[in-house]
Amino acid sequence: MKLSLGPIQYFWPRDTVYKFYESIQDLPIDIVYLGETVCAKRRELKLEDWVSLAKMLASSGKEVVMSTLTLIEAESELNSVRKICDQQGYMIEANDMAAVQLMSAKGLPFIAGPFINIYNARTLAMLQKLGLKRWVMPVELSGESLREILTDANGLCRDSKIETEVFSYGKLPLAYSARCFTARSRGLPKDNCQFVCLNYPQGQDVQSQDGQGVFTLNGIQTQSGSTCNLLYDIPDIIETGADILRISPQLTGTQAVITAFRGAFNNQPSINTSDESYCNGYWHHKAGMDNDHTHTLGKS
Amino acid sequence: MELVCPAGNYPSLKAAVDNGADAVYIGFRDETNARHFSGLNFNDRKIEEAVAYAHAHQVRVLVAINTYPQPANWSRWQAAIDKAAQLQVDAVIAADISVLEYAANTWPELTLHLSVQGSATNCEALQFYKTHFNIRRAVLPRVLSLAQVRSLMGNTPVELEVFAFGSLCIMAEGRCHLSSYITGESPNMCGVCSPARAVSWLEKNGVLESRLNQVVIDRYQQGENAGYPTLCKGRFKVDGELHHVLEEPTSLNTLDILPELYKIGISAVKIEGRQRSAAYVKQVTQVWRQAMDSYLASSSTYRVRDEWNTSLSSLSEGTQTTLGAYSRPWQ
Repeated sequence: MKLSLGPIQYFWPRDTVYKFYESIQDLPIDIVYLGETVCAKRRELKLEDWVSLAKMLASSGKEVVMSTLTLIEAESELNSVRKICDQQGYMIEANDMAAVQLMSAKGLPFIAGPFINIYNARTLAMLQKLGLKRWVMPVELSGESLREILTDANGLCRDSKIETEVFSYGKLPLAYSARCFTARSRGLPKDNCQFVCLNYPQGQDVQSQDGQGVFTLNGIQTQSGSTCNLLYDIPDIIETGADILRISPQLTGTQAVITAFRGAFNNQPSINTSDESYCNGYWHHKAGMDNDHTHTLGKS
Repeated sequence: MELVCPAGNYPSLKAAVDNGADAVYIGFRDETNARHFSGLNFNDRKIEEAVAYAHAHQVRVLVAINTYPQPANWSRWQAAIDKAAQLQVDAVIAADISVLEYAANTWPELTLHLSVQGSATNCEALQFYKTHFNIRRAVLPRVLSLAQVRSLMGNTPVELEVFAFGSLCIMAEGRCHLSSYITGESPNMCGVCSPARAVSWLEKNGVLESRLNQVVIDRYQQGENAGYPTLCKGRFKVDGELHHVLEEPTSLNTLDILPELYKIGISAVKIEGRQRSAAYVKQVTQVWRQAMDSYLASSSTYRVRDEWNTSLSSLSEGTQTTLGAYSRPWQ
């Protein structure tokens, strides 16, 4: 089982991004996804900066993947995806079918991110023929569905194994819109957003009228209100045949999460997940916001 | 440009056909389509009658098989494709790659449209579906501005259909898990958003509260109009302020940009609302038929008539309408 660090979902200042990746260089993480996946207007780092970070992390022994934009609306945005897909020597995470098309047309391999809609093994097999090497399961699928998909895939997919990655820790990416909700919350139109999302490095909490955390706003992206945490579900995830657990970067605490997950591979979870603000409902075939306590790991 | 109208049942289909639709879109009575609501859609016998009626009136029939099958019941989507092909419908609207692949391989004569749930917003994504499944048309997600739609028309490999009127999805369709996060059921997996079984209402001290799987979506004071608790239209708190954080209860109405849609070469305009009544379908179809006929009769003198907007507003969520993402300020 490997551990990956997903792309940073929020808009952080350039220095913060550099410091973040410097801080994880020596941590026990196997794969790092780099790049802007949410909003094309976020340009604190240029492509060259991401490439320099990629080199730094690769020299520390990390497998580096370049992630691409999820919602592509303008031709300029499509061009930025084309540029990333033209990078030699890096695996690409496709978050829109545009990147799947660009890579497969070149006969190059790719990884399908969580918003490439793969809900069954036939889709997985078709994309494997086109170059898919790894997929990140859509966050709304359950462990039970994953087990069924991977069982079916055994019969359908070619000899080479497809790697499966499961979003395991962080705010779940739930939706993308043309509208920037962060700008809207400040009374600004998207075309004059003033990059207000820089003020919200962990997103903005959305609460119901009785104070329940419902969603988190992150520009054009809407995330879960609760943090997804599958730490105690790791034995079950391993049993389904998944290969990689994804941790989504947060401004603080990511190092502790990495350590906890690494420890859990050795059956030693070390962070307290009884906290009600965590959710793991999707994995248990329930509403995503639910918190299922019937864990096996660490409970005797 | 084709007027594509919704039909959730036989009376609605008749209303669309009789009032000027060029095409109707319908679904089977199961989770293979994105309006899998109880009491809605067509069983095998009724769909035959529907196709016969529409075809007898030279109206095309498009069948939506546009959800994402999961492993346990993939055969249900297979059966839906087979049935649609055998009925000789004019096109199937699909989103899932395995469903498109099966349809393209098994029924090469069957015309395929990429559903809005396929979430293709750019020419490379469209090219993917054209190359592998020879789709003829794609329905665009409601995320592009009018300028972006125009630009895409310049390099799309397939015909484009856009949403013209109806309830407004504000997220990129096919890429929204908000409903499953709150209720466990989503458009992609179950063909529903904010499902009715999860809705509850509570009246307390004169305040009416709507909930979705126990999550408070809105509270209405006396005299306020209470709407269906679609979760993206709820009133929530951000930075201590209470408002419609994602969107107000409102409907899309593009009568104002109809001439533009003609000029840029859009192939079809779609009316949302398979879950709505036959009366709704009749009224919306009539207005849009009149508007399109008026433009075709004299494009230079086309004006949106007040009675059209009044009629459409009365059918809209929150009785207000918007151009949605077509208009940059909305974004």
